[in-house]
Formats: sequence, structure tokens, C-alpha cells
Amino acid sequence: MSESHGHEHPGMAHDEELGYYARRVRAMEAVLVEKGIVSGEEVERLVAEGEARTPADGARIVARAWTDPGFKNRLLADAKAAVAEMGYSESESLPDVVVAENTDGVHHLVVCTLCSCYPTWLLGRPPDWYKSLTYRSRAVIDPRGVMGEFGLELEEGVVVKVLDSTADVRYLVLPQRPAGTEGWSEVELARLVTRDSMVGVSRPLTPETVVG
Amino acid sequence: MPMAEQQPKFGAGDRVRVRCLNVKGHNRTPWFIRGKVGTVERCHGAYPNPESLAYGGSGEPAMPLYLVEFSQRQLWEGYEGREGDKLLADVFEHWLEPA
Repeated sequence: MSESHGHEHPGMAHDEELGYYARRVRAMEAVLVEKGIVSGEEVERLVAEGEARTPADGARIVARAWTDPGFKNRLLADAKAAVAEMGYSESESLPDVVVAENTDGVHHLVVCTLCSCYPTWLLGRPPDWYKSLTYRSRAVIDPRGVMGEFGLELEEGVVVKVLDSTADVRYLVLPQRPAGTEGWSEVELARLVTRDSMVGVSRPLTPETVVG
Repeated sequence: MPMAEQQPKFGAGDRVRVRCLNVKGHNRTPWFIRGKVGTVERCHGAYPNPESLAYGGSGEPAMPLYLVEFSQRQLWEGYEGREGDKLLADVFEHWLEPA
């Protein structure tokens, strides 16, 4: 493939044989750059933006919703607008997000049976298991079994709602605030909010796991 | 949220059946809800039609997209969860008819 598509990948192409899909993506990128549809700099910027997002972003939002009822209401009504209040100003160009609140009676689980749709700009890249055919097929047919394998057993009487997301709207679970966190600050609470609890395969951490 | 180019046909609480359209190629309607009856939970607004976008089309006209709730017991024979368990999926309006 062409080595002259606008920028170099030092050390990558030469000391390691690229796999089929990596070579295919490189070839497509090279064609798009040659045709002037994207520039190498744009690709690098998008990759960097994607890598900059982590579950800590989602955790901040959940912790604010736990401590600020007004924010929580705005988040549930229009997540993009509410998240913009927290400084995610580029959110206009990103997929819409709907936040699903877990309660004493309802637990939500997110999956994308078609591919790997995920609220990437709030959680970073999805974990490999989220993209696996196993999770994608079993999360809809046997959500309780899947959650059990993640160590999550729901209380008697809790209904499971599985959200099968596609590209236009992404779903983020607002987990329940752990008991024993009365008086905790937003920053302290955010430490309890795991990626998996925002996908719905587990609960947030308990205070005992982060104190002492 | 994008503006609807047309007034959404369905509203929250409406009963709808997922049509078994013979769409060749890319579409976003999972097979396991086709022919099934569910309840509209909300309309998200209108989005470019992915069946056109996937092949270089404009996606126009944008189509209303709904979050539709189904009973898990209805979707899967031998479903082992609870009676009230639900599955919710996003479905474009042309895939839905009143039920």
C-alpha cells in the first residue's frame, strides 16, 4: 500500500506484519486521503478525540445526577443538553444519547445486537466483550443469565429492560446510588461508578471497596 | 434531537406491529421483533433513513424513529426471566403499523 498518504506511521508498517483488516483500513484511508475526502490530520484528530474519552466521563455525569436532582431530571429529559452543561461542548455533532434510570423496580441492560453501538463519547471505546457475538446474542435472549455471569443477581421483583441500541441513539444506564454514601461529594461518588454499571451488567462499587 | 420532517404517526403508548418488509441489504430492524406487537415508549425524532445512507444515498426524507417496548415472553419461546421483563428497540416508522 501507499506510504505517501499524508503522514507516516513510524515503526508500524516495518517491524510488524499487519493483519488483513488493518491493511484493508489503511488502504481505505489512503484512498480517501488521495481523493481529498479526508486528510491524514483529520483522521489523527478523530482518533485522538476518541482515545481521550474514558468511563470517567460517564462517571462524572452519573455522580452529578446522584447529587443534583435538577440535573438528573434534565439528564433524563434531554441527555445531550444536560451533558453540554458539564462542558462537553462538541456534543452537537455526536450521536444522541438517552439515559435510562435504574430504580428499585427496574434494571436496564444495554446491548447492540447489530454491531457495537455504544455511548462512546461518554464511556470511551466499548470493551471487547460488548462487541462479541456471544454478548450481542445472549444479552437479549438471556439477560439475567448474562448478568449472573458478571456477578450481578437482582433483587426479587426487579424487572429487566434490555435496550437494543442502534447508531442514531445511544443508551447510558444511570445506576442506583450505593447505600452508605450519604454526604459524599460528586468527586468521591464518581469513583464508585464503573463502566460496566453504566452498561448495566453490574452495580456500582460499594463504599467499602474504595475506602481504607 | 433532529426535527421531524413529518408529524410522527405514533405516540407514546400506541400499540404497534413490526412489519415484515422485504428490504434487501442494510436495515436496522432486528429479525427477532419482526411480526411482533409492542408499545411505543417514545419518539426520538426523525433521522436520515439508514437503508439509503448505507448505499451512498442522502437518507432523505428523514424518518421518525421510535423506541418500542416488547414483552420478552412474547419474543422468545421458553424465556426464563420474569413475566414483566421487556426488550426495547429503536424502529423506524416505515417498519411499524398500528396493532
